[in-house]
Amino acid sequence: MAERVALTPAAAELLRKLTAVHGPLMFHQSGGCCDGSSPMCYPAGEFRTGDSDVHLGDLEVEGIDPVPFWMSAAQFEYWKHTHLTVDVVPGRGSGFSVEAPEGVRFLIRSRLLRN
Amino acid sequence: MARYAAPGDAGSVVSFRSRYDHFIGGEYVAPKRGQYFENSTPVTGQTFTEVARGTAEDVEAALDAAHAAAPDWGRTSATERANILNKMADRIEANLEKIAIAESWENGKACRETLAADIPLAIDHLRYFAGAIRAQEGGISQIDDNTVAYHFHEPLGVVGQIIPWNFPILMAIWKLAPALAAGNAIVLKPAEQTPASIHVLLELVADLLPAGVLNVVNGFGVEAGKPLAQNKRIRKIAFTGETTTGRLIMQYASENLIPVTLELGGKSPNIFFDDVAAQQDAFYDKALEGFAMFALNQGEVCTCPSRALIQGGIYDDFLAQAVKRTEQIKQGHPLDTETMIGAQASNDQLEKILSYIDIGRQEGARILTGGERADLGGELSGGYYMQPTVFEGDNSMRIFQEEIFGPVVSVTRFADYDDAMKIANDTLYGLAAAVWSRDGNITYRAGREIQAGRVFVNNYHTYPAHAAFGGYKQSGIGRENHKMMLDHYQNTKNLMVSYSPDAQGFF
Repeated sequence: MAERVALTPAAAELLRKLTAVHGPLMFHQSGGCCDGSSPMCYPAGEFRTGDSDVHLGDLEVEGIDPVPFWMSAAQFEYWKHTHLTVDVVPGRGSGFSVEAPEGVRFLIRSRLLRN
Repeated sequence: MARYAAPGDAGSVVSFRSRYDHFIGGEYVAPKRGQYFENSTPVTGQTFTEVARGTAEDVEAALDAAHAAAPDWGRTSATERANILNKMADRIEANLEKIAIAESWENGKACRETLAADIPLAIDHLRYFAGAIRAQEGGISQIDDNTVAYHFHEPLGVVGQIIPWNFPILMAIWKLAPALAAGNAIVLKPAEQTPASIHVLLELVADLLPAGVLNVVNGFGVEAGKPLAQNKRIRKIAFTGETTTGRLIMQYASENLIPVTLELGGKSPNIFFDDVAAQQDAFYDKALEGFAMFALNQGEVCTCPSRALIQGGIYDDFLAQAVKRTEQIKQGHPLDTETMIGAQASNDQLEKILSYIDIGRQEGARILTGGERADLGGELSGGYYMQPTVFEGDNSMRIFQEEIFGPVVSVTRFADYDDAMKIANDTLYGLAAAVWSRDGNITYRAGREIQAGRVFVNNYHTYPAHAAFGGYKQSGIGRENHKMMLDHYQNTKNLMVSYSPDAQGFF
């Protein structure tokens, strides 16, 4: 399968920092209101994935465990033609995502896979 | 045009304190770990106060206070609670300007909206639930001549509520009013983007409530929201936000076997049938305004009409006029009374919107107007402003399927009624929709066929109390803004009573 998800150096650096605090991490892409349409970062296993989710890939970050990236299968149907890059921007707020207290927010940047 | 002075400036109707602690047990208390976080205004990007950074210890203290208060509060009469809600409404009404300006500064939204909608609706909501609880009745079922089943409403006890940042005060009141009316004690966590304005309101009404009935713990989701949502000492959790956090909250709730209510957003279709343009009259003008409603509250509304479906016969003309109407939206300082669109609530929110503009362009959608960050100059250059944006494309594109939560509408055409329904329902969400037509048969049929909890017919963005609000599909569970929300904050107690002196005959 072609690579579906990647991350920027800034996001990798943040994941290293967060892993030191929270242990191994995972992402689940959110949809909907407010802080939605953004990736949520949790301690690995905190969010229970199941048959209704798709595993898009594992983000490789030097020095820490791979970070799996998940999305609901229903949402994936509308996203599957795009490649996702996890980036990070200054910001506030993010549901229960672990980076919020750092004053930053993970963000998805997308490009078309067929290109 | 009038411009309200910025909070804290000479002549301002409101000043924020330099710091806000947690409100626990009827008083302000410092966070156990002594940490605070800066709170900025999206109007200029500048910090204006600092707020307690709550942790599990603070949540536990708030739950202690709530549990201490809940038994007595739950035994107060409906009259007593209704009177308190009415007094809260009166206080807020008497300080409407102050609270509205605080809310605009906090969230970035235009004060035209907070003065005319957010705060008046909050006031009315309190009065509605004051009335609803007075009028609520239990039930009596006569099983047979000697047996009666009585049904009483009893409060759940202590409940948790997690509030979003798009309508910080109104969404808090939507949750507080039914919970208080039903006799529950509350631990509430405001959004970390907008933690301060609720305290401006709280300071005005705190003395009306017994200590511990309403507790507010500030902080981040992961540090304060999670220990609240996961707590064994709440009997229900209410959340407005997005789908992943909604699922996580349900997972936490399943560990404690407690109910949840969730409001999780949408991608609401705004459908314009050909006959809208049968005449160029007041109704046609209203429909054009209805199109432009995507920019209300900077598009940061769960029900934002972010997909516009226009029938082929009027598509070109209607869209051209709708774009013109969009371009007349006045963007400016949120404290100017003529400003129609203010600032996005945070930098990351603006960045997210811009990332969707990018993928929309890549997918081949055309930008008909807007599409850029707006630099309004001067002190506003540090704020987070976005041009109202109209995309034209296809419903399969991601900008038609994801909630951008900004002033961005994605427009497409439909051929006939069936095509409209197919596109409208081709979405994961089902919070709201609108149907615009002069034909009552069309609006009725479409209104029933669209899978959404709220279908507006020939209007948009009206949220009066007594009209149920909530989602189908992935948009959530529960109905707010209506007396039926009382059920989500009450247990049913059945007294099964025999009036027969005779043995039942089994043993």
